Amino acid sequence: MIAFWVLAPIMVLAALGVLFVRKAVHAALLLAVVMISLACLYAVLEAPFLFAVQIIVYTGAIMMLFLFVLMLVGVDSSDSVVETIRGHRVTATVLGVLFAAVLAIGLGQVGLAPAVGLTEANADGNIEGIAAILFSDYVLIFEATAALLVTAALGAMVLAHRERTEPKATQADLAARRMKAYADRGENITPLPAPGVYARHNAVDTPALLPDGSPAPTSVSRVLTARGTVRSAPDMADDIDAVRRQMSGRPEPEADTSRAAVQGETPGDSQRPDRGGEQA
Amino acid sequence: MTPYIVLSAILFAIGAAGVLIRRNAIVVFMCVELMLNASNLALVSFARQNGNLEGQVAAFFVMVVAAAEVVVGLAIIMTIFRTRRSASVDDASLLKY
Repeated sequence: MIAFWVLAPIMVLAALGVLFVRKAVHAALLLAVVMISLACLYAVLEAPFLFAVQIIVYTGAIMMLFLFVLMLVGVDSSDSVVETIRGHRVTATVLGVLFAAVLAIGLGQVGLAPAVGLTEANADGNIEGIAAILFSDYVLIFEATAALLVTAALGAMVLAHRERTEPKATQADLAARRMKAYADRGENITPLPAPGVYARHNAVDTPALLPDGSPAPTSVSRVLTARGTVRSAPDMADDIDAVRRQMSGRPEPEADTSRAAVQGETPGDSQRPDRGGEQA
Repeated sequence: MTPYIVLSAILFAIGAAGVLIRRNAIVVFMCVELMLNASNLALVSFARQNGNLEGQVAAFFVMVVAAAEVVVGLAIIMTIFRTRRSASVDDASLLKY
């Protein structure tokens, strides 16, 4: 019973978590907690075969399937908080609490005789016992299960399959399309410019420089541009000029030293190592 | 055996409430799985109560049916998502009127 009293609160809390977390991925992980705890309870309840099947089929296969579909649908697809039916959430919660109370109180009052236990039924081994029942009394249902599984596999294939409505584009088609885009809209035929000409820490977020010194916007991923994490290439070029001056020991140009004189009143400024003029 | 049955009842009720409350089709599906699991717990504990293995065989069949159901259900959700770009159960309302 110790295992039960340890696992039961965990299971109830995790199940409530499935109910209340916003993100579907978190719900899936909490459901996995419930299922693994349930497997442990099966072990306590003298069902070692179901213990293994629960972990392999439920947490192994079904939860993975859920997570795969979540990845396909979009991990951050969380519920909207807008209620389409007014009072629907409150009503559902009240109904759920009432249902739980009725079931728990009703079942709690059922007087059950002391459990017989499965020591006798499991005498030849749990798996052997289940097999003996499965392949005698339930053999027809077992056969029907085979048909069910085949139907499910076929159904999933039919549902997930998408008919190709246009022929697959070959390399020649792609090349022709690119030439047409060049002729019509002047898009470049060549691959896009590579980023990171003056990069110091992460080449991907620094745009390439065009011949006139301006940054090439096409050289940086659109995602980085949208996030605003693109570093400006001319600033980088200034940094590099400063480092080069520092290495050659030449003083900084006039504009820079005047700026340093203005900022020189701040105490930390004289310790900055990139002031080439002061160190030289 | 009673605590096990009560736990399974509580889990079943939580799953049912989840089906009513949540509107993401995938989470609704997870709550259905929770209900199936809760009923499995009841079957296994009654098997121990009565001292024969038929309850465990029934739980085994429930697991098989659940696996098949998940495969088809998730494929349907994928198809709906592909055509409507949404996994919310509120958006699939074309048969309403």
